[in-house]
Amino acid sequence: MKRMLLSVMVNGVARQWTIAPGDLLLDVLRREGCFGVKRGCETGECGACTVLLNGRAVNSCLLFAAQAEGCDILTIEGLARGEELHPLQEAFLDHGAVQCGFCSPGMILAAKALLDRQPDPTEEQVREALAGNYCRCTGYRKPVEAVLAAARRGREVRR
Amino acid sequence: MKTSVVGRNLRKVDGVKLVTGAPAFTDDIHLPGMLIGKILPSPHAHARILRIDAGKAKALPGVHAVLTYEDVPRVPHTTAGQAWPEPSPYDTYLLDSKVRFVGDRVAAVAAESRAIAEHALRLIQVEYELLPPVLDMEQAMADGAPVIHDEPDSRNIYDPKHNVAAHILREIGNVDEGFREADFVFEREYRTQRQQHAMMEPHVTICWLDADGRLVIRSSTQVPYHCRRQVAMILGIPVARVHVIKPRIGGGFGGKQEMLLEDICGALALAARRPVKMEYTREEEFHMARCRHPQILRLKMGVKRDGAVVATHLKVLATTGAYGSHASTVQGNTGSKVLPLYRAPHLRFECDVVYTNTPVAGAFRGYGCPQGFFAQESLVDEIAQKLGIDPVDFHRKNAIRQGDVDKLSAQLGEGKEGLPRVIRSCGLPECLTRGAAAIEWDRKRHTLPDRASAIKRGVGMACAMQGSGIAGIDWASAFLKMNEDGSFCLQVGASDVGAGADTVLAQIAAETLGVTLDKIVITSGDTDFTPFDTGAYASSTTIITGGAVKKAAEKVRAQVLGLAAKMLETTVENLACGSNELFSKGPARKAVSIADVAMQALYREKLQIMDAASHFNTDSPPPFAATFAEVAVDIQTGKVRVEQLVTAVDPGTAINPMQAEGQVEGAVTQGLGFALTEEVLLDGKGRPVNPNFLDYKIFSAKDMPRLTTILAETEEPLGPYGAKSVSEVPINAVAPAIANAIFHAVGIRIRKLPIRPEDVLRALYERRQEQREEEMLVTK
Repeated sequence: MKRMLLSVMVNGVARQWTIAPGDLLLDVLRREGCFGVKRGCETGECGACTVLLNGRAVNSCLLFAAQAEGCDILTIEGLARGEELHPLQEAFLDHGAVQCGFCSPGMILAAKALLDRQPDPTEEQVREALAGNYCRCTGYRKPVEAVLAAARRGREVRR
Repeated sequence: MKTSVVGRNLRKVDGVKLVTGAPAFTDDIHLPGMLIGKILPSPHAHARILRIDAGKAKALPGVHAVLTYEDVPRVPHTTAGQAWPEPSPYDTYLLDSKVRFVGDRVAAVAAESRAIAEHALRLIQVEYELLPPVLDMEQAMADGAPVIHDEPDSRNIYDPKHNVAAHILREIGNVDEGFREADFVFEREYRTQRQQHAMMEPHVTICWLDADGRLVIRSSTQVPYHCRRQVAMILGIPVARVHVIKPRIGGGFGGKQEMLLEDICGALALAARRPVKMEYTREEEFHMARCRHPQILRLKMGVKRDGAVVATHLKVLATTGAYGSHASTVQGNTGSKVLPLYRAPHLRFECDVVYTNTPVAGAFRGYGCPQGFFAQESLVDEIAQKLGIDPVDFHRKNAIRQGDVDKLSAQLGEGKEGLPRVIRSCGLPECLTRGAAAIEWDRKRHTLPDRASAIKRGVGMACAMQGSGIAGIDWASAFLKMNEDGSFCLQVGASDVGAGADTVLAQIAAETLGVTLDKIVITSGDTDFTPFDTGAYASSTTIITGGAVKKAAEKVRAQVLGLAAKMLETTVENLACGSNELFSKGPARKAVSIADVAMQALYREKLQIMDAASHFNTDSPPPFAATFAEVAVDIQTGKVRVEQLVTAVDPGTAINPMQAEGQVEGAVTQGLGFALTEEVLLDGKGRPVNPNFLDYKIFSAKDMPRLTTILAETEEPLGPYGAKSVSEVPINAVAPAIANAIFHAVGIRIRKLPIRPEDVLRALYERRQEQREEEMLVTK
């Protein structure tokens, strides 16, 4: 089978991976140990496989790995700094926004993409940003609260 | 009762690994040499396999095992993960020479990659004899209807010749007499649809042989122990040679109370002698996993002029699809958990559960109750309206209350006679009061619709109850041992499926032992390393496993106190525990840390402080819920927008209120989909039309109404620290509350789910026609 070399930054580390041209980004990331990238539908509908590609939230099941050549990828594994959780992760825990946790990585990353471009979002903006991340456990109230709380905390830190 | 760990909003004990994406789920491991298993699904709803040739598939490079019915033992069983002896019929086979729905197993392949496995499936040549399918449940019992289970070796099917998987008839009092006593009798028909669990993590299983040659099954299951028993039986190997591991689970909702992949994945691993992973795709999940039983409910209620319910008769026709998994028990609940909400002296429940050549139904949050309460709470709203009684008052007058005995439950147990239910705690009156206040019921109920606007608003409500474990059947055990730093390993067979059971159980242990939550290290759901548990279903874990944990912790606490008394030279009676300390109660306070007691035990006394306990209940205390919905109906398009849902729930004591609220809100959201959007559709040949999230609509963050959750806590004598259950009951009353709100808004009754815009528009049109005809009669 044809092989090619993929060069990407993953969670701040330069990686060179051998891939097949048809490999999905989702499959390559999981194969390389980023298990926080979840397979929920493989058709871009559920958002469980969300990663940040150059800061944008994308469904990694809808991208060939080859399309990420030269890109900066953030997966959930790269969000905490060592033992120190990201404010979004803290807020998800404190607000009971995690139940089974299968959608949480994608949802947290989608929220991060939002807060990076809009540090002071309205509830409506949060709901819009999370609309591509299905959750079957929570009813979304607590995840939305958690994102708003993390945004508030971000404002306090900046002050 | 003053508590320091129970009743607190503590973080999930497994939370950090979930928010950091640590490899915690079934599929988050790579095993060397792991193969991918795939199932060849039947393209036909009903067919006999005349000839099957797997030769070409077996010859494909990279293929390590191909199984057809000719290669595997034929053992009748049920996939329902229920306590032995299962009440569900034994009508299912690992692989069979007959297929009974589109998606039924024809063959299975294990290969070095998914692409090779899928290629191999295409190489399997199958010659079918097509049989006429039965797709409509109303045709299933007709004379001359094709017989779906004509095999001689299936067992415990009520009437296989007429496709009847289960039949139920139960009565208390005499409903015919009751209807004669009634001043008014109302009768209506309701229909509910095929809803799918759509948990975010599809069913996934990895099987391998360990160094001792034992079959290890790592699986997303709610029932590791039942799964072990079933797989051992089906594959003909001793239970001792099977080890089931339940890692973190990405949602279950009943869908994983089924042994769906473990048997075939185990068979492939044994055949290939290599690890095999099987995972449903989302499309497969929609029709090859399980769904909620579609039902047709005919409900008749007799009431006195003052609104007192005298008699209720519910007649249900339901379909279990191609196999009878949970057929009698789900439908049994439609009667036993629904009708006794009202104190009518005369109750009758009749039900036929029929086979059809459609996707298999099974356990699904609410377990028969969402269907039953949709009918009952819709009809009750209609009755209250006809009698001019506010629905809230109607519920106050008629609903079951503390001290009552629900006699129907004694007749309708888990597929057999059950035990009477005594209501020892009931927060329903408080749920009604607080829920009505939160939605501003009195004001909104009397606000006249804006005649000029095409958007009409309305509010509606409904009530529900459920159970907390299956009385006399569900049981659990727990084991605790002490470590050097005063921490404890807690081992339970219970299966946290994402609802937070591990956290709640750890909180119960910590509270009882007088330690902080970080001192509890919990392991759950591993058949080698944790003691028995019937599993995560029937809203049982908090009350049943929690009961076992509390008992085990009390026994361990007695040992800890005994040693501490010796160390402090005092008596056990004089000691108390809390905040990781043991201390004397009197004024001259003497104390020893729990860690010092642990070191003393392990290195001086040469004693492992440890103990275990088993627990079951002979009653199933019901949690209660009152749901209030506010809707906006667009009379030009028929679109219903739910603007607000207020849910007041009595869960007993909420061990972790934040988690309990999360359970309520998740259930409500699934109830909302059940009410408005979710339905697995089949075409004329039984093929799924919408097996994906674009065409099967579940609610997203953006679509949601405002959710308000109220916990009206009570103290249940049978539950640990007063807890009952919370995860199922809030789903039950959502659909009828919405349907009733639609009536309040626009005056139409929709009696079929889901309530689609076209249904609303049609009903509005029909009502206008009727009104026009009435006007014409008047003018004549």
